[in-house]
Amino acid sequence: MITEVGRDVIRPILTGMLLTARRLKRDKTTVFYPEKKRQPFPRTRWRHVLKRYDNGLEKCIGCSLCAGACPAKCIYVESEYNTDEERCSPGERYAKRYEINMLRCIFCGFCQEACPTGAIVLRSDFELADYSRPDFIYTKEMLLEPMPEEAGSERDSEAAGQASAP
Amino acid sequence: MPKRIQEIVAHDSMTPKIGDVEKAGSVIVGNLNYLLNQARANALWPLTFGLACCAIEMMSTVASRFDIARFGSEAFRATPRQADVMIVAGRVSKKMAPVLRQIYDQMAEPKWVISMGACASSGGVYNNYAIVQGVDQVVPVDVYVPGCPPSPDALLYGLLKLQDKVKRLRHNKLIELKPREQERVNV
Repeated sequence: MITEVGRDVIRPILTGMLLTARRLKRDKTTVFYPEKKRQPFPRTRWRHVLKRYDNGLEKCIGCSLCAGACPAKCIYVESEYNTDEERCSPGERYAKRYEINMLRCIFCGFCQEACPTGAIVLRSDFELADYSRPDFIYTKEMLLEPMPEEAGSERDSEAAGQASAP
Repeated sequence: MPKRIQEIVAHDSMTPKIGDVEKAGSVIVGNLNYLLNQARANALWPLTFGLACCAIEMMSTVASRFDIARFGSEAFRATPRQADVMIVAGRVSKKMAPVLRQIYDQMAEPKWVISMGACASSGGVYNNYAIVQGVDQVVPVDVYVPGCPPSPDALLYGLLKLQDKVKRLRHNKLIELKPREQERVNV
């Protein structure tokens, strides 16, 4: 009787507890999210970014291939011809309006693959939740990455020079 | 991050000095609305309402790596009477919509809805006759979480957004008596 209890009850409990005790030595698996974020995988696809060249010109040429490739039809591109006075991209045209409906988007990355100039890329910023529907239409101004440091400072100095000259 | 409770600890002449936080923590004085909202926000019990693949990520959010229990939302309730927030996880077909609405109506006030994922929020790729194009056609949605599916971190961010909203609620009554649309918070 006692040996049966030892074999069928106490021994399994001890084995289980031993397993638990061994696990205690390991690190915690929990990612303490709002304070710490986990390392994103290299090819994580989240929020879109419209890239610029090093001299500050936009890479997007307004060809709408991304909109054609999008399975959810969430991209809207309206293109406009570049002029020598106002040049946004090195090509013939640029995107006057570029809008992505983030609620429709399924972050498949087809736009990134379809883009001939590598203008649209999906980056790892996943904090996109919001309260109201209109906030999810991301416009070109929101998507475009800021001017690169050197080009921005050059432009600033030019502007400052022009301002101080007269 | 939300304020910790210790910051609103108040003292009277009988309580120990401020330096002794452990003993002084037993007294909390505050606006009743504020305390209620704190209580509501930090114990948002979700309803188990997984409809499609997003539900897998929702389950993953409950598991130890992301651990939604850190925000007091680990108690997924199978009955709408005990739930505070409905996480609509997945595409809602037109056949499911009346069921969704009925379950929402059965939930006790105050109640909130998180629309999780592209399909629930807007229909996503399923722009066809079978899928409701956005669950906000059926129930009022408080927080939209985009993604296909949203990663557990993204869902946690949505939950934190909802907690912020709940903490900012200003009601003079304990129970909402008016329809929700008129009591909506401007955000």
